[in-house]
Amino acid sequence: MAYQAKLRVWRGDATAGELQDFEVEANEGEVVLDLIHRLQATQAPDLAVRWNCKAGKCGSCSAEVNGKPKLLCMTRMSTFAEDEVISVTPMRTFPVIRDLVTDVSYNYTKAREIPAFTPPEGLEPGEYRMQQVDVERSQEFRKCIECFLCQDTCHVIRDHEENKESFAGPRFLMRVAELEMHPLDAGDRVEAAQSAHGLGYCNITKCCTEVCPEGIQITDNALIPMKERVADRRYDPIVWLGNKIFKRNGA
Amino acid sequence: MAFDVASPSSTDTPPPARASIPARTLRTDRWWLPPLLTTLGLATFVVYATVRSFMRSDYWDAENHYLTPFYSPCLSDSCVAGSSHFGTPIGELPGFIPLAFLSLPFLLGFRLTCYYYRKAYYRSIWMAPPACGVGEPHERYTGETRLPLILQNVHRYFFYAALVITIINTYDAILAFGGENGFGIGLGNVVLLLNVVLLWCYTLSCHSCRHVTGGRLKHFSRNPVRYWTWTQVSRLNTRHMQFAWLTLGTLVLTDLYVWLVSSGAIADLRFIN
Ligand code: SF4
Ligand code: SF4
Ligand code: FES
Ligand code: FES
Repeated sequence: MAYQAKLRVWRGDATAGELQDFEVEANEGEVVLDLIHRLQATQAPDLAVRWNCKAGKCGSCSAEVNGKPKLLCMTRMSTFAEDEVISVTPMRTFPVIRDLVTDVSYNYTKAREIPAFTPPEGLEPGEYRMQQVDVERSQEFRKCIECFLCQDTCHVIRDHEENKESFAGPRFLMRVAELEMHPLDAGDRVEAAQSAHGLGYCNITKCCTEVCPEGIQITDNALIPMKERVADRRYDPIVWLGNKIFKRNGA
Repeated sequence: MAFDVASPSSTDTPPPARASIPARTLRTDRWWLPPLLTTLGLATFVVYATVRSFMRSDYWDAENHYLTPFYSPCLSDSCVAGSSHFGTPIGELPGFIPLAFLSLPFLLGFRLTCYYYRKAYYRSIWMAPPACGVGEPHERYTGETRLPLILQNVHRYFFYAALVITIINTYDAILAFGGENGFGIGLGNVVLLLNVVLLWCYTLSCHSCRHVTGGRLKHFSRNPVRYWTWTQVSRLNTRHMQFAWLTLGTLVLTDLYVWLVSSGAIADLRFIN
């Protein structure tokens, strides 16, 4: 059943912008991205929106719908009442380029700051052998589609621009965890997690987990286990002593 | 033309800035409800627990040998006869010290530094953030990077202490099957037992427990027993929040039951003897 949906879309660029009201036809089974496209086709041909797969797999269409970080292509119109005004705004945490399109290069900078996978000395590509149980934890994190919704929602940087310098954000702390839990990674990730990537800023309030479209348990499976590892290294005198006495280095 | 506007490198591009959206949040749901309920829930427990811990009466039911967890272990001469399952190595205690002064601070510390409760009170009381996508009221934010919040890292030590106290609570619950007239089972036993079972679920589902049992390993395949243990703890761990609230509930319920029975307000419902 088609009806006229009420959209309130943010339009503008880095200098100025505002929410503008539109009425757009909505049909059964459609998602917010469909309406944004219809809006482009019928009323606002210069509306900027980034998208690619329309299947929740490319991570391009990240924005905020009624103030919640969402993939536009996975947000069903059926989740809203027909007379509801639906706001569609760009991700707040990143600089806006135009309309719904933001500049997410902060994330690429942070990605580059993490040293790549480091195999043990003497092991050549092609000689890697590992057990499934040993890579399972890292595999959960590989489901990430890099939509950066978790980065957008994290209050550490969303509400405090100045923290961007020292905080890598949930997506990249999870990358650190992925490498730390990888059976063949020989890099030391724990110290860097706290000092270089700002793990201590996270107060485990779980918004990243709440918004992740892939359902990755970012906080429980990546951030908290990393915090526990940092506690081993930095704040636990008994583990520290044990490591000294038995010369253990990861088991 | 269209490309020109969208390209950040064109010469007249303004310096990067966020989209100007003055509203603190555009959320339209009742995002303030969960933090409000959390605050009320925590406050209720804190008030109840404080009052009871200092009350010093009706914590031991001499007839059925029910001891409330709020007074366990009771180690001083001020404890009523029978309630001290581990003797009374400590003399009289002045009234402003709770009789369970040896366990309460650790239990408080355990819950205060618990990863779940941290989330709960950071959101509801400190409002950092009150809900996802809702601006927090603070000017600056440093999270757990410095004192005092960096001390949250001691959680694992509270976990070890909590293990010991849970064992003591379990012992209390087992002793409660033998009342004045020997073995018997009453509703109080069921309440005490339920409380202890849930306390075990809460304690073992702790993130620090998950870490020490196996989470800290890089190679599960070399440590099959610890891997199995980690798997079980992980299963419990997904319900850690539920156990956190359930145990607050059963602690109050257990204490209230012992209070009512030992003060004579209600009679214990007996099933056997
Ligand atoms: S859990 Fe940590 S990383 Fe995730 S949103 Fe909250 S503060 Fe940010
Ligand atoms: S972790 Fe989830 S929310 Fe974050 S970028 Fe990856 S898919 Fe998106
Ligand atoms: S368009 Fe690819 S995730 Fe939405
Ligand atoms: S008790 Fe909650 S995480 Fe340890």
